[in-house]
Amino acid sequence: MKLSYDAVVIGAGIVGAACACELARAGMRMAIVEAQIIGGGATAAGMGHIVVMDDSPAQLALTQYSQSLWNELASQLPPNVEYDRCGTLWIAADDDEMQEVHRKQAVYAAAHVSTEILDAKALAEAEPNLRRPLAGALFVPSDAVIYPPCAAMYLVECAKQAGATLYLERAVAKAGKGRLVFSDGTEIFAASIIHATGASASRLMPHLPVRKRKGHLVITDRYPGFVRHQLVELGYLKSAHSTSSDSVAFNVQPRRTGQLLIGSSRQYNNEGTGVDQNILGAMLARAFDYIPSLQGLSSIRVWTGFRAATPDKLPLIGPTEDASVFLATGHEGLGITTSLATARLLTDHLLDRTPAISLAPYLPERFACEAAHA
Amino acid sequence: MPERIALTINGRQWETSEGTTIAAAIMNTEAACRTSVTGEERGPLCGMGICFECRAIVNGVPHQRTCQMLCQDGMDVTTQ
Repeated sequence: MKLSYDAVVIGAGIVGAACACELARAGMRMAIVEAQIIGGGATAAGMGHIVVMDDSPAQLALTQYSQSLWNELASQLPPNVEYDRCGTLWIAADDDEMQEVHRKQAVYAAAHVSTEILDAKALAEAEPNLRRPLAGALFVPSDAVIYPPCAAMYLVECAKQAGATLYLERAVAKAGKGRLVFSDGTEIFAASIIHATGASASRLMPHLPVRKRKGHLVITDRYPGFVRHQLVELGYLKSAHSTSSDSVAFNVQPRRTGQLLIGSSRQYNNEGTGVDQNILGAMLARAFDYIPSLQGLSSIRVWTGFRAATPDKLPLIGPTEDASVFLATGHEGLGITTSLATARLLTDHLLDRTPAISLAPYLPERFACEAAHA
Repeated sequence: MPERIALTINGRQWETSEGTTIAAAIMNTEAACRTSVTGEERGPLCGMGICFECRAIVNGVPHQRTCQMLCQDGMDVTTQ
């Protein structure tokens, strides 16, 4: 029997799950294929921070739009998604970084994202365990935290309820020209094939400009109230920006359980899954610099994961040279935040609906020339 | 006769013999060392610092493995 769908999504991380859900709800006959487990890749390895970021106008537009979609969904999320609108504090260490707080506030205000500037005293009251003195912070109250693997599970369930078929533990050997071949040789057909395979995208599509960017995270035992907001140093952007060297930045997240996630690190050219003690040490030293009393807490686990990084820090969303193949990958460290907007924009594109924001900055064709010369 | 040690467990004064682990002292009060995420009572399982089930707050520091610590005079222990 020839199995045929309107569209098939490869990859049931949070981006693929969101795409399958959105397309199925739009009435398309869907399949979603996952080689391992739902939400088991970068979705499980990352922090789960739903954050508005202003690295570029296109990044701001996408993160802000996607956050609004999370806000709409929030009341429907099951408790195990642990949705918590704790807000983000962008920490300024000195007067120079305080200038950046003001610049950032102006950019957010222009985009109608309300924020609040905390001076040194207000910051110390908001987060008593931070070192003193610090110059202040920008508080973004609309940012939230979730547990992403459960969000991916929920979105896959929604897709199934809307009629989608899940192919679990089925590796894909080849996909293109409307045909998807599993590693066991069986095949399914679909008018549209959406690659949502994160950092593994180049396995099936070797010419994609997606590189693995390794990260480390530490989780502590439960210390309720030790940290109250997602805390990120303003220098974080310097770390996220750097395209070559290894970097670390102070980034700590409180979980609903009282546990703390401690990050973050970024490394290219390190594709082993093992913990790199040097960068882990640097990452923790950075965290201890901002929160000295972290040193007295017990950590219970360290792990690594791989972000799907593109050269311009924007994802790849939309059509490719193969008319049946579409991309939804390259989300770097923002896949949790931007998953819902990715799904909505891709669905708008496939159904020829007018999108809420322009898809143009994320179109894969922006790298087409480079791929041709590669 | 070993020396007696006085400590506070969950706000009450207790006496125990020198050389008693905190985990044993907590068990003598019939309290659980800690409560799990799902609300189950937990206490020492391995007794050698591996299972982490005996964690409690000792002198204000949470998540201390009480099977690896001896009671000391004036200690303040709270189950968690």
